Amino acid sequence: MQASQENKTAKVGGIDDDKPAIDVRHVTKSFGKQCVLDGVSFQVKRGETLAVLGRSGTGKSVLLRIIIGLQTPDSGEALILGKNMSSASAGEISEVRTQMGFLFQHAALYDSLTVEENVAFPLVHHRHDMSQSEKQERVKELLHEVGLDGHQDKMPSDISGGMQKRVGLARALALDPLILLLDEPTAGLDPISSGEIDELVLKLQQEHRLASIVVTHDMVSAKTIATRIALMDKGKVVIEGTFEDLQKSDEEFVSQFLHRDF
Amino acid sequence: MSSTSSVSSLHSRPNPVVAMLEWFGELGSFVWTVLRTAVIPPFQTAEFVRQLDEIGAKSLPLVALAGSSIGVVLALETRYSLVRFGAKTLLPTTIVFAIVTEMSPIITGLVVSGRVGAGIGAELAAMKVTEQIDAIEASAVDPHKLLAATRIAACIVALPLLTLAASFFGIIFGWITATLMEPITLARFIDAGFKNAGFKDFLAPTFKTCVYGLIIGAVASFQGMRARGGAEGVGSSATTSVVLSSLFLILSDVVLVKLIQILFP
Repeated sequence: MQASQENKTAKVGGIDDDKPAIDVRHVTKSFGKQCVLDGVSFQVKRGETLAVLGRSGTGKSVLLRIIIGLQTPDSGEALILGKNMSSASAGEISEVRTQMGFLFQHAALYDSLTVEENVAFPLVHHRHDMSQSEKQERVKELLHEVGLDGHQDKMPSDISGGMQKRVGLARALALDPLILLLDEPTAGLDPISSGEIDELVLKLQQEHRLASIVVTHDMVSAKTIATRIALMDKGKVVIEGTFEDLQKSDEEFVSQFLHRDF
Repeated sequence: MSSTSSVSSLHSRPNPVVAMLEWFGELGSFVWTVLRTAVIPPFQTAEFVRQLDEIGAKSLPLVALAGSSIGVVLALETRYSLVRFGAKTLLPTTIVFAIVTEMSPIITGLVVSGRVGAGIGAELAAMKVTEQIDAIEASAVDPHKLLAATRIAACIVALPLLTLAASFFGIIFGWITATLMEPITLARFIDAGFKNAGFKDFLAPTFKTCVYGLIIGAVASFQGMRARGGAEGVGSSATTSVVLSSLFLILSDVVLVKLIQILFP
């Protein structure tokens, strides 16, 4: 697996540990008169996890959608593995996306497919070099990794919200991505399930050395899994740093955010 | 002042003519995108076959029933009229021509529009509002190719085949009804029915249903993939898919009938 990760790194414009895998530059986005992102900039390198926190409606999920190319910014750019997701060709965007895993807020599992078929979906469409049995083996391995052995034949509607998030995570990891984007991975889950998801993300993070962005409202989760935290308000990044940096901040908004959870 | 303007903006409706033109523009752009992506390999063969089964095979009982009913009704109605005008011997020809040239294609189109149009519209709308279509796109798979192109292609292929089935059942049940009123063998009925007909009389009307398939598949996929909101958006997509595809199907029939008459005099 390590070898395949290195091969990918070499393939996508020579992104190494020193260069940012995700480079967001002065991104702005408005919906009508409402500006949800106002000049947002940050970088994430491999092995780093940036937690993006902020009040509801501050454009955190929109930011993830811009990074993966589901939406385009009004100005600014999101360079992913060296490719500008706003101006790259469809083929280039597709290639970059195969190296990104995205966990949607509500998992977004394909409800007409089983758990196994959901996890196998990226493999079926992109790994034409793999045999059917190799794909099945890979799915089994991924489900084991997220702690869902024996659940492969169930439908998404037959499993809990936490399990759906795990399936979504397994699907996001199916192609051995270099980048992992998590949109509120612990939202709507009980504290025990949230803790399990956090541990899982942390374990995957350490094993795969991914460049990750986690959008969350959960400061406990952010503190556990993130190497850096960016706090957003009114479309801007108010502060970016380690959890300790945030604790030292004199900003009233930062203080309010921290003391809500602690 | 500002509150007044915000209230008026909440209630402002776009000009219906502009909205309609926008809708047609977006539909055209959608169909072009689907066509462009559909011709680039790799092809979604497995999904196409699945849709062919879903749209074609599973519509067969309904289409067969509709075709049979049309056959019975036509035999009852036309016999009464033909007897009045002393042209009873033309009964097989009238039934066969009416079924094959017009009744069977339009009835099949409307039945499939109701069953499949609503199904595609609702399914894709549900996938849209639950971010499943975004998840497909995020997995570097083109949803236009995987979801829309396969459904449209399956509709285009299935419609002529279903029309043939409807014609078959219509003619058979037309004969059964006719023979119950005045016995006539199937061989004589078929012989009389197809006596003055050429292959082109049946080919063009049957294959015009490919256009119906394109309309049903494209309108339903488009309405589904642009759905917004929750359950209301899904319901609205299903309804508008059926209403619009049925309406365009009937309107296109007017053009297609004239076109066939010009091209195959």
